[in-house]
Amino acid sequence: MINFQYARATDLADALRQIAAEPGAKFIAGGTNLIDLMKEDVERPPRLIDISRLPLREVEQTRHGGLLIGALVPNSDLAYHPLIERHYPLLASAILAGASAQLRNMASTGGNLLQRTRCYYFYDTATPCNKRTPGSGCAARYGVNRIHAILGTSDACIATHPSDMCVALAALDAQVHVAGPSGGRTLTFADLHRLPGTTPERDTNLAADEIITAVELPERGFAANYSYLKIRDRLSYAFALVSVAAALELEHGTIKEARLALGGVAHKPWRNVSAEAAMRGEPANRATFARAADAILRDAKGFAHNAFKIELARRAILRALSQAAAGTPQSQSVKKIR
Amino acid sequence: MARTRRKRPNGQTIPAPEKITISLTVNGAPRELAVAPWVTLLDALRERLGLTGTKKGCDHGQCGACTVLVDGRRINSCMTFAVMQDGAKVTTVEGLARDGTLHPLQQAFIDHDAFQCGSCTSGQLCSAAGLIAEGRASTVEEIRELMSGNLCRCGAYPNIVAAIQQAMERQRS
Ligand SMILES: Cc1cc2nc3c(=O)[nH]c(=O)nc-3n(C[C@H](O)[C@H](O)[C@H](O)COP(=O)(O)OP(=O)(O)OC[C@H]3O[C@@H](n4cnc5c(N)ncnc54)[C@H](O)[C@@H]3O)c2cc1C
Ligand code: SF4
Ligand code: FES
Ligand code: FES
Repeated sequence: MINFQYARATDLADALRQIAAEPGAKFIAGGTNLIDLMKEDVERPPRLIDISRLPLREVEQTRHGGLLIGALVPNSDLAYHPLIERHYPLLASAILAGASAQLRNMASTGGNLLQRTRCYYFYDTATPCNKRTPGSGCAARYGVNRIHAILGTSDACIATHPSDMCVALAALDAQVHVAGPSGGRTLTFADLHRLPGTTPERDTNLAADEIITAVELPERGFAANYSYLKIRDRLSYAFALVSVAAALELEHGTIKEARLALGGVAHKPWRNVSAEAAMRGEPANRATFARAADAILRDAKGFAHNAFKIELARRAILRALSQAAAGTPQSQSVKKIR
Repeated sequence: MARTRRKRPNGQTIPAPEKITISLTVNGAPRELAVAPWVTLLDALRERLGLTGTKKGCDHGQCGACTVLVDGRRINSCMTFAVMQDGAKVTTVEGLARDGTLHPLQQAFIDHDAFQCGSCTSGQLCSAAGLIAEGRASTVEEIRELMSGNLCRCGAYPNIVAAIQQAMERQRS
């Protein structure tokens, strides 16, 4: 870790003022990703602006029947919030599938969205990595790439976004509220994270001087028919190889509305709106789910060590959609997959 | 350790930060200390306050050996800077026993032979104290899942779970 200055933001305006004043400065919230990367010399901010005490810890109901989640609500508080448990159990389940109880106590809603990839070359400053050092090359493409992406990759980068929570937020059509020097704006969840393209150093469409203030959930929570299924090398405390957020609205066995988002397969939570649209009006059965899996994975492409993810994702999608349809979501403590 | 001389892109030297004075209440006692911003809570406890019961396993949030309670919640002390915790109430493994009597969890760990080398144990104990306070676990599966942030290289897991169950039952009765 290298020398840096530290200051606590007194309010939102102060945080924005401080970030604008020092190029390269970073906000710190829970610290569980940034401190890790600073210890590895991957992140080298000259100044940290501590936002952890800003008053962004509320979960409030919106006029539109949804919820507004403050950017500093800890992941554990969110997962166990009565309104989340009751109306958005898919989100609660995805959060509880991630990290550990200690880390969830520390991690913030905003920080979870902006956590960086777990690509091992990104972490290893002795290797080339276009995300860490633009133009240096991608060590993963022809290196060990078992955990890497199968969708939306580019020649420059094949990293995945590691968050579980974000997969559920993508499926739920959340929105991200942001404040910046010229005021506030709202991004759809699909617009927050980017594909790597030729600029993998940019994970998201936020500017360096913008701050996430809240995440908004729409009214529709799919509380009756959902499942978050996470497949990983250990049963707990490990990042996803593949994860699936599945949510359905059913009427007499026919699908009225369907959501399907994948984690661990791309640079952002992966959705395919036409795969979802094709499920509408169809019976909630394996044949329908298999067609959806084929559609969302149509352009999937494996590398030397991760081609197994394509079949793994296919099976996980079928299973998660079946669990959702049956109203028997995957338990995050009893690990048997039924 | 942090290197102190560092330049901005425009060549200007980034000054070494002043140490920042913070107050913590550690195991019930008020403590004041001046720390550079890069000192983690873990290093402040071990190196500055001499509380070496809290262990550094990985220093990257991956093992749970450094688990302490901050304002009653379990966290990884290696993943937060001490300056960020100014004003906090910290409980470490040294603060679990009361007036010479072991904490029910400590007694249960002894009763169930829930440790071998002991290097994960202080983290396991603080984590289990946090787990019980959260009140989210009752079954064996739930205990295992919500204790998964604490690795034990000696593999004492079954006995750790049994010890936690005992402490939970004693607390309920
Ligand atoms: C061992 C380990 C295992 C893990 N396993 C999982 C897992 O299985 N699944 C999973 O999903 N996650 C996992 N995580 C990641 C964890 O969820 C993230 O580290 C955490 O959510 C980040 O939140 P934070 O508040 O600590 O972020 P910080 O580290 O404080 O910040 C992360 C980034 O976001 C920026 N930032 C933070 N808040 C804001 C804001 N409001 N506005 C603008 N910028 C902001 C910071 O500048 C920084 O760049 C794991 C982490 C560890 C260490
Ligand atoms: S996959 Fe992306 S993050 Fe990993 S080495 Fe290549 S450029 Fe870097
Ligand atoms: S030392 Fe903190 S989690 Fe390993
Ligand atoms: S007792 Fe040795 S690591 Fe747990």
